Amino acid sequence: MCPAVGISTSVMNGLLLGIAVLFVQVFSGCTIAAVKDYIHPRIRIPTYTLTIATWVTVIDLVLAAYMPEAYKAMGIFVKLIVAFAIITMRLEMFAAKNPVVPSFWDGMGMGLGFMFGMMTLGFVRELLGSGTLFGHDVLGFGPLLFFVLPAAGFFCVGFMMALFNYLELVLNRMKEKKG
Amino acid sequence: MRELRRYYLCVGLLLIWGLLLAGCGKEHRFVTKHTFKGTNNIVISFAAPVDESWARDSANYAVYEKSDPDILLKITGVTLSTDKKTVTLTFEDELNQQQHHILLMKEIMSGGRSQGTAIVTAKKLYFGYLLSILLGAMLIQNFVFTKYLGLCVFFGTSQKKSTAIGMGITFTIVMIFSSMMSWFLYQYVLKPFRLDFLQIVVFIGLVSLSVQAVDTILRKVNPLLFKAFGVFLVLVIANCIILAVPLILANNEYNAWESLMLATGAGTGFLIALFLMSSVRERLEIANIPPTYRGLPIAFVVAGLFALAFMGFSGMSIF
Repeated sequence: MCPAVGISTSVMNGLLLGIAVLFVQVFSGCTIAAVKDYIHPRIRIPTYTLTIATWVTVIDLVLAAYMPEAYKAMGIFVKLIVAFAIITMRLEMFAAKNPVVPSFWDGMGMGLGFMFGMMTLGFVRELLGSGTLFGHDVLGFGPLLFFVLPAAGFFCVGFMMALFNYLELVLNRMKEKKG
Repeated sequence: MRELRRYYLCVGLLLIWGLLLAGCGKEHRFVTKHTFKGTNNIVISFAAPVDESWARDSANYAVYEKSDPDILLKITGVTLSTDKKTVTLTFEDELNQQQHHILLMKEIMSGGRSQGTAIVTAKKLYFGYLLSILLGAMLIQNFVFTKYLGLCVFFGTSQKKSTAIGMGITFTIVMIFSSMMSWFLYQYVLKPFRLDFLQIVVFIGLVSLSVQAVDTILRKVNPLLFKAFGVFLVLVIANCIILAVPLILANNEYNAWESLMLATGAGTGFLIALFLMSSVRERLEIANIPPTYRGLPIAFVVAGLFALAFMGFSGMSIF
């Protein structure tokens, strides 16, 4: 949850972090699914954590080697993917009970969902904050510097959650009317 | 009585030591004071008025960081005070005030006579520097409000004041323990053996280990305390601040005292954030909020307002 607010100042950052999370989710899901029969149930959570940490290290080093600039922009957040509760939770709920191939697709779905969310947030903040998309000038002027500031991340997430709640409310009402 | 005497002796020795330090601190008899001012100024005071023609010539000064003697810092302006005893040097770039700066002044001219060349070191007080790290981690760069770390736990445990305080205290203690341990491990094991790429794996293992250790020890030693704080211990592992601090320590090559200060600052900063947030959320419980904003959305908006307020601390430097 932390990086969702932290580095979603542009679409590009959101996309890159989304990809990193996707890879970690897929790879660690597959690893756990492949070796799940050999893990003692009492030490399963530490095992998951260490697996995730290993894959995060791999992604971290790859990013540092091939995309040094983007890596610098994301800073410490790539390493902090380890602390994502959602990845551990998914491993516990899905990968620990299913074979490799379904786990792969499950990880894909989770990662893509996260990536989509991050990109939406980045889209809103980049468009409103600096008037650009993917670094290209779209609006021709910088409307509200406020949206690039740290505080705006909280506001954006809050408003987006409220929006989803509202949509849910409207949908429920429609269903009730139909019923 | 004997203990009192020992106490006096200690104080006396400390005083003498302080005086000696103060005496040795003066590096040149003609230069009385030299300090940083603002972000890119250094102020030098002299014992007597200096000649204006000497003082105004920026070629007479050479300033460099102690670690890079080859790179001379570019001086853009020299101003002399009206009593001609104080010179302010303005530099093109911001000075890195954590570094010691060597100031070289060629042939200081005062009243037409040369006072010799002076080489002095401009540095910040180390204690002040430590305090600035502490305050920086606590307020200026608050981990929750300006770096967005530890949000899951932050929103999860800030519903009640008592929970928030319990979580904050537990977190601070575990934080200090685990970050000091990981600092030690990084400096003395990982770095010498060139294993720095393993830092993520090692740090997360160490954090969960130390949480487990605190859990077991507390359960045996003080069951009452365990009842109060035990619930939070599991949550601490899921907090990204606890992993972020060792990573920051490793990246910035802090020494032991600086690490301790950063860890304490991060912990108390989190405690402050939790306390503030829980005070607001207790009130929100009885407020009339639009149904779509109930729960997390309004909490996020409140956190945004706090983050705006905390922006007021940015750029603040006390020491």
